[in-house]
Amino acid sequence: MALTHETLLEGAKLWGLFYLMGFSICVLIYTFLPSNRERFERAEREIFDEDDGPWK
Amino acid sequence: MGQLTTGERDFGAIILIVLAIIGIAMAAAGRSDVLGIHGAMVLVYCLALLFLLLSGAFGTPPSAARLTRYYDDPIKVGVGLTLFWAIFGMFIGVWAAAQLAWPSLNFDTSWASFGRIRPAHTSGVIFGFGGNALITTSFHVVQRTSRARLADQLSPWFVLLGFNLFCLIAISGYFLGVTQSKEYAEAEWYADIWLVIVWVTYFVLYVRTLARRKEPHIYVANWYYMAFIIVVAILHIVNNLAVPLSFAHAKSYTIWAGVQDSMVQWWYGHNAVAFFLTAGFLAMLYYYLPKRAERPIFSYRLSILSFWGITFFYMWAGSHHLHYTALPHWVQNLGMTFSVMLLVPSWASAGNALLTLNGAWHKVRDDATLRFMMMAAFFYGLSTFEGSFMAIRPVNALSHYTDWTVGHVHAGALGWVAMITFGSLYTLVPAIWKRERMHSAILVEVHFWLALAGTLIYVFAMWNSGIIQGLMWRTYSPDNTLVYSFVDTLLAMYPYYIARAFGGLLFLIGAIVAAYNIWMTVRTPAAATLALDDDSPGDERQISGATPTPAE
Ligand code: HEM
Ligand code: HEM
Repeated sequence: MALTHETLLEGAKLWGLFYLMGFSICVLIYTFLPSNRERFERAEREIFDEDDGPWK
Repeated sequence: MGQLTTGERDFGAIILIVLAIIGIAMAAAGRSDVLGIHGAMVLVYCLALLFLLLSGAFGTPPSAARLTRYYDDPIKVGVGLTLFWAIFGMFIGVWAAAQLAWPSLNFDTSWASFGRIRPAHTSGVIFGFGGNALITTSFHVVQRTSRARLADQLSPWFVLLGFNLFCLIAISGYFLGVTQSKEYAEAEWYADIWLVIVWVTYFVLYVRTLARRKEPHIYVANWYYMAFIIVVAILHIVNNLAVPLSFAHAKSYTIWAGVQDSMVQWWYGHNAVAFFLTAGFLAMLYYYLPKRAERPIFSYRLSILSFWGITFFYMWAGSHHLHYTALPHWVQNLGMTFSVMLLVPSWASAGNALLTLNGAWHKVRDDATLRFMMMAAFFYGLSTFEGSFMAIRPVNALSHYTDWTVGHVHAGALGWVAMITFGSLYTLVPAIWKRERMHSAILVEVHFWLALAGTLIYVFAMWNSGIIQGLMWRTYSPDNTLVYSFVDTLLAMYPYYIARAFGGLLFLIGAIVAAYNIWMTVRTPAAATLALDDDSPGDERQISGATPTPAE
């Protein structure tokens, strides 16, 4: 398949849109997955931990 | 560099000797070409570092206890370099601003002509000031959030000092008259190759440090730093593909042609804004703001959503710099659409920051450092709104080529980039040097007001001047001729250019005050009573390990 302006156009206008939608769905799933809730809440608080030194 | 082991010192010395030899080769091949001058500079730079490295070689070897602490030495040097470039870059900015009002300030020399000092300003502030701030804070944040020491002791120095060599070569080159004629990528091919090497080392160091982290989840600030590192590498390589005249010449020609060249350049240019001037600074925001406010980020999930929104959307927005050009219409539309969509994740980040402060406004009132960060979030919201608006083609018809763009740039650069950096530095410096607080809270306050006044004067002057300029250019008389000549518009700009130079001067003075204050903080010895293991500043630190109140 030759890489012409038309191919690029189609890629951008059609597949690009699907890519965007698919990508958004994946991000939404990752963000709101209930099993991730714990991690995020811990991460939010972790930075306030008091001891100042590397763990290993 | 006192903590380097013998092996690291040897390896460092070998690197410096190899580089010095390359410098000699460049000097020999380039001779009177700028390449030759740069070769000599590389040589001197490497020899100076070699001297530093070897003069410490015969001291006591570092104790193993160092491995139980974070590696903060490069961060300390990085703070100094950041401040140096801030003052240098902003001084050149004030000078450039003054030249636009009083052109004779180029003293009739070629090296000080506007066309040369302008890139010296932009590279000085973006790469010198911004880049050093990013590298420095990233070393701090990655260690603290991963609870891991930097993966080794040599590569942080290589990254920091190598990056500064790039800045030196780039900026001295502009004064000497070399340029690739690509905005924000003016440096010539040899400097570009060097930056690739430095950047890959930076990437590897960052990933290796993250790999040592304690928690499986990587704190969101690191995501932003990683995006900054990876994307800047890709952009830099693609945009700078060029063929030099010969290995003995500084001059090169890009491999891109015509409108493709423009598109590659502004794909680079806009993502430089996105990933150099935004992503890494958002990382600072997501670490230093909650730290300083002692409140967790308002919504961690929102920060993840906006991360992916920003990284994904920004990639496609570059073509808004090329409205009404030979670029196909649909590509312009694509850029415009994505720019408008970009407002959503941008405001999500700005809102997330401001909502984190909601409930801690008394701290914002009392603590100028926190106020720096709050204003930064505010200006981030403002400049992204403005950017999305300017990206709409008919609006761009008015704003393009005018000072409005410059106003937008500095609302982002002064209000967002510089303010978040100073806020972060005021949080980082006492933490790294184990001081209870900054030397003088009053000077932080003074700096804040200088910075805010400077930004407002600058931005309002440019908004006015830009819109007047744009309107004058498009004013027609009833018989369809242009009413104003170009010189008429210049006369109309004159008062605004003076105001802008004044606003910039205030901002510069603020940066000098910051440098003095930080210097004094470092110089005053830490009070003996301070067994400070905690990273947060003293007077507002919570005793007895109480967990901070959640923002919700
Ligand atoms: C002391 C404060 C500053 C002053 C007085 C100043 C002044 C200037 C001037 C006179 C220009 C040229 C405008 C033109 O060509 O018409 C400029 C451009 C620019 N400055 Fe600054 N500047 C300052 C601080 C900064 C900072 C801190 C940053 C970035 C972090 C920055 C980033 C830029 C950029 C990216 C441009 C290019 C704008 C464009 O191409 O539209 N400036 N500045
Ligand atoms: C949603 C976010 C943003 C959008 C959609 C956006 C959009 C734009 C647009 C449309 C222009 C004018 C292009 C032209 O007419 O040539 C522009 C210029 C510029 N913007 Fe933004 N902007 C955004 C955020 C920012 C931020 C946060 C900064 C800085 C920290 C920034 C820095 C710049 C710079 C440096 C230029 C000048 C480029 C040049 O040299 O011509 N932008 N932006």
